[in-house]
Amino acid sequence: MPAPSTTEAARRNRNLCAIGGGVLLVAVLALLPGVASPYTLTMILPVFAYAIALLGLNLLFGTSGLLSFGHALFLAIGAYAAAVMTGHWGVKSLELVLLGGIAAAVVVAIPVGFLSVRYTRIFFGMLTLSFGMLFHSFLIKFYNVTGGDTGMSVKRVRLLGLDLSHLSRVEFQTGPLYYYALVLVIAATLLMWRIVQSPFGLHLRAQRDNARKAEYLGVRVHAFRLAAFVLSAAYGAVAGVLLAVRSGNADPELAYWTHSGELVFMTVLGGFASFVGPLVGAFAFIFLRDWLMGMTEFWRLAMGGILVLVVIFVPRGLAGLAADATTRLRNQFDLRSRR
Amino acid sequence: MAAFAEIVLGGLFHAAVLFLVAAGLQLVFGVQKIVNLACGAFYALGAYVGASAAKWAIGVGLPTPLVLVVVLLAGLACAVIGPPLERVLRTVYDRDESFQLLLTFAFLLMFQDLFRIGWGANPQTTGSLFLSFGTLDLGLFKTPAYNVFVIAVAITVAAGLGWFLQRTNFGRLLRATAENRAMAEAVGVNARAMFSVVFTLGVALGTVGGALVVPASAASLDMAAELVVEAFAVVVIGGLGSISGALAGAVIVGLVRAAAIVFYAEAELLAIYAIVIAVLILRPAGLFGKEAV
Repeated sequence: MPAPSTTEAARRNRNLCAIGGGVLLVAVLALLPGVASPYTLTMILPVFAYAIALLGLNLLFGTSGLLSFGHALFLAIGAYAAAVMTGHWGVKSLELVLLGGIAAAVVVAIPVGFLSVRYTRIFFGMLTLSFGMLFHSFLIKFYNVTGGDTGMSVKRVRLLGLDLSHLSRVEFQTGPLYYYALVLVIAATLLMWRIVQSPFGLHLRAQRDNARKAEYLGVRVHAFRLAAFVLSAAYGAVAGVLLAVRSGNADPELAYWTHSGELVFMTVLGGFASFVGPLVGAFAFIFLRDWLMGMTEFWRLAMGGILVLVVIFVPRGLAGLAADATTRLRNQFDLRSRR
Repeated sequence: MAAFAEIVLGGLFHAAVLFLVAAGLQLVFGVQKIVNLACGAFYALGAYVGASAAKWAIGVGLPTPLVLVVVLLAGLACAVIGPPLERVLRTVYDRDESFQLLLTFAFLLMFQDLFRIGWGANPQTTGSLFLSFGTLDLGLFKTPAYNVFVIAVAITVAAGLGWFLQRTNFGRLLRATAENRAMAEAVGVNARAMFSVVFTLGVALGTVGGALVVPASAASLDMAAELVVEAFAVVVIGGLGSISGALAGAVIVGLVRAAAIVFYAEAELLAIYAIVIAVLILRPAGLFGKEAV
């Protein structure tokens, strides 16, 4: 039997490493509730939520080359869907709430996406920002429907039909909800990996690199962009539901455009060119912000400064840094073993 | 009739300030191809510095017209932050525009805390400066004299900017650079210096806009992020990169907003965005824009 070519072997090696790393990470996260403080665990819940949102955002940004500055819109839709369903309609099951949030996001994303994906680059960013602010303005101004700037409360939900109302807030968040969110993150990651690797993902990358050429080759550019937009909106809604269920509140600031900016910030911090970048970014951003908030009242200044440094010196983000480091290590290792 | 005139004048006042900021945004986009999210921060900076300058000028007992000159000069002086910021932006000119956008977003975040450090969380006002201008009696109705003054300043700036861009040598070089940077550089335009000047001019338009608005309202921490949204609406309606577009867009947004506040306050921003979306569907490049990308 002929030996596999070196590149094939290297790819297999890398895939094994990725799978091994992923399994290890999941194992650590699954065991964490046994060792970490409740505070850390309640901090990880938003990390999970943002990780899901950023996976979706990066399908637009990294894979399709469309930078949305209004993606917070879909997190807010998820959160308000959760508030309306649990508060007004008496829905108890988180599964139903998630489905409802996704449905609402899809219904909004189709017309918004239809108008937005005709544009690329900065125009796309400005248009998505406008739609996001349109919804924010609706939330703030129509006080009777949305609760205005105080938002709406989200009732305790059942997970998989289990009534957990006997648990305290912290017990609920650090136990059942933690694992529920972890499973959601794993499912969302695997699904997104499949999407990005599929012919659909290839179409998106092709139109990103050269839209006109892709169109000549038969890629229906607008249709594919719209599909990516709707998918990313659904991911955003899942994240919004999780955030609202955790905090017990749907806040209009979720839809504000600076929140969208933060989402992009997280993605670039992690590294938008890498599949795992958004996951890294969500984790780094949440803990960095928490650490800075503990240190200084002026944490926004520090976060802004960090963003400046990242944009200028580390444009490929933390995942890019890690990739460089492993390449360097591997090269050194190869040299040594060849000697 | 009087109510109608009040709406129009109120709208034009808002439009005047919006035009100044949006013109800065358009100028920077036209030449440097950067959408400057920090324009809102410049506007807020002008407002804060303007408020402090007004307090100082009133404190030393200057007469009202001179206070106004001091406020305007203070707004203009804020433009000194232009060159150093442009120097930072220069590091990402060759990168994807998402990085440029993010860098200006970072500026906005940092400025918000700088205002908090400098002026605290409470809004800063200029006291009774606005009232001391009195009202103008225009026969059918009365209007605050200050509003008329601001509208006049904006018209002057618009005319001056038009003259500068169309008639002066530097303006021609500037438009040439905006049209085709490589070609302009080939015939000897120093694009680096040009960018620095244009960005500083953009900052100055924003800070003067902020300084002008502060006697009529207040300088607050939210104003930076809020203005960005309206300025974006203005440039989308007018067409990205066009100064005349900024003027038309500002007038439309100003008037619609003023009318909405009177008739149906809930719809203030919704009405503006309805127009934004209508323009994008009917005329995607905006009223005065070149074809969209």
